Amino acid sequence: MIIKVLGPGCANCHSLERVTREAVDALELEATIVKVEDYPTIVGYGVMATPALVVDEQVVVSGRVPTAAQVRELLAAAAG
Amino acid sequence: MSIAERLPASRRGQGAALAAGTALWATAYWVNGWLWDLVLYDVLGLEPDARLTETVHFFLYDTVKIVLLLVGIIFVITVLRSYMSIERTRALLGGRREGVGNVMAAGLGVVTPFCSCSAVPAFIGFVAAGVPIGVTLSFLIASPLVNEVAIGLLFGLFGWQVTAVYVAAGLTVAVVAGWLLGRLGVQRWVEPFVFETTLGGQVVDSTAGLTFDQRIQMGVEEVGTILRRIWPYLLVGIGVGAVIHGWVPTDFFTTYAGPGNAFGVLVAVGIGVPLYSNAAGIMPMVEALYAKGLPMGTLLAFMMSVVALSLPELILLRRVLRPPLLAAFVGTVATGIVAVGYLFNLILAT
Repeated sequence: MIIKVLGPGCANCHSLERVTREAVDALELEATIVKVEDYPTIVGYGVMATPALVVDEQVVVSGRVPTAAQVRELLAAAAG
Repeated sequence: MSIAERLPASRRGQGAALAAGTALWATAYWVNGWLWDLVLYDVLGLEPDARLTETVHFFLYDTVKIVLLLVGIIFVITVLRSYMSIERTRALLGGRREGVGNVMAAGLGVVTPFCSCSAVPAFIGFVAAGVPIGVTLSFLIASPLVNEVAIGLLFGLFGWQVTAVYVAAGLTVAVVAGWLLGRLGVQRWVEPFVFETTLGGQVVDSTAGLTFDQRIQMGVEEVGTILRRIWPYLLVGIGVGAVIHGWVPTDFFTTYAGPGNAFGVLVAVGIGVPLYSNAAGIMPMVEALYAKGLPMGTLLAFMMSVVALSLPELILLRRVLRPPLLAAFVGTVATGIVAVGYLFNLILAT
């Protein structure tokens, strides 16, 4: 599973990355977390409000930092 | 563990928490003035008319009042705005012509949940979807200029007339400035990569499909996030306001920036543009200065210039706008704000 955290390095982007790492550890997933910071690529995903979370090239969250529980649900659903 | 995760899980529990929160808020707001009168004058036996007492009273009373107003306003507005999204706004603006587009963009700038930290991706996204540059700029000007915190605080401190004047003035500046910049043919001053960016196929609406519980959670979290971010500005603002309230003689400001001084608004905007704070930090100063006889137009212009133009936002926008356009952007918005200040001083003085 490839997880991308989209955002130019703002405070919210860091929180999203932290919450995501926690969720990956809690679910013991085999996942690579990539940070995407350049604007053309971010907008290329159709994202206009950062931070955003992309799981296997699907945008699952944009414009807010979800709670740890929500990220766990999203990742569990994506992992099948 | 965040606050939102501590909210009760059952629907009845949430309803009870919401009702209890509302009751607590109303009670605190109601006893605030009475409580500090009691503590300072009766319990501590301070002289009510002494300068130090007045300053301390202003600080304590205003801190509690403004924090309570902020908590209420941010919560309600976040929940309401969670029914809009930047994606929906772009869909509404796509293919609009200038003129109508500028008016719509300014209005949507007020109601769309938007953080100026997303200014760059939003700019690129709007332009890539065919929204004209001028219309996009109207949105980016209106969003910080007419902001929910300023609306709520003005309403709480000065009543609905001043609030209505502020909203109307802010929208007008955003519409006119965006339209003018669009007319200048500013495409050549936008960084070329903006036009080369193509949108991905799968646009996710950032707030669609949320349950009501999640919207309430977002409201609670937003209150925490904003208060954590602005409390230093707020305390400094209230501190300065308290000192002005207690120590500055009434004729000091009216002599230098009062209705008689033709340059008052210019000076206020000149100070306000480089000053970086936010509506919550500025409002206590505005309140204290108004009590010292400064005209409302000058004060509104001061507040608008602080919130609408800030160095961090300009640095972000530099990623997509070349220096000539950035300068035109600052110049047009500042001129608009100065005009608003003079106009309202004229209207409100008669």
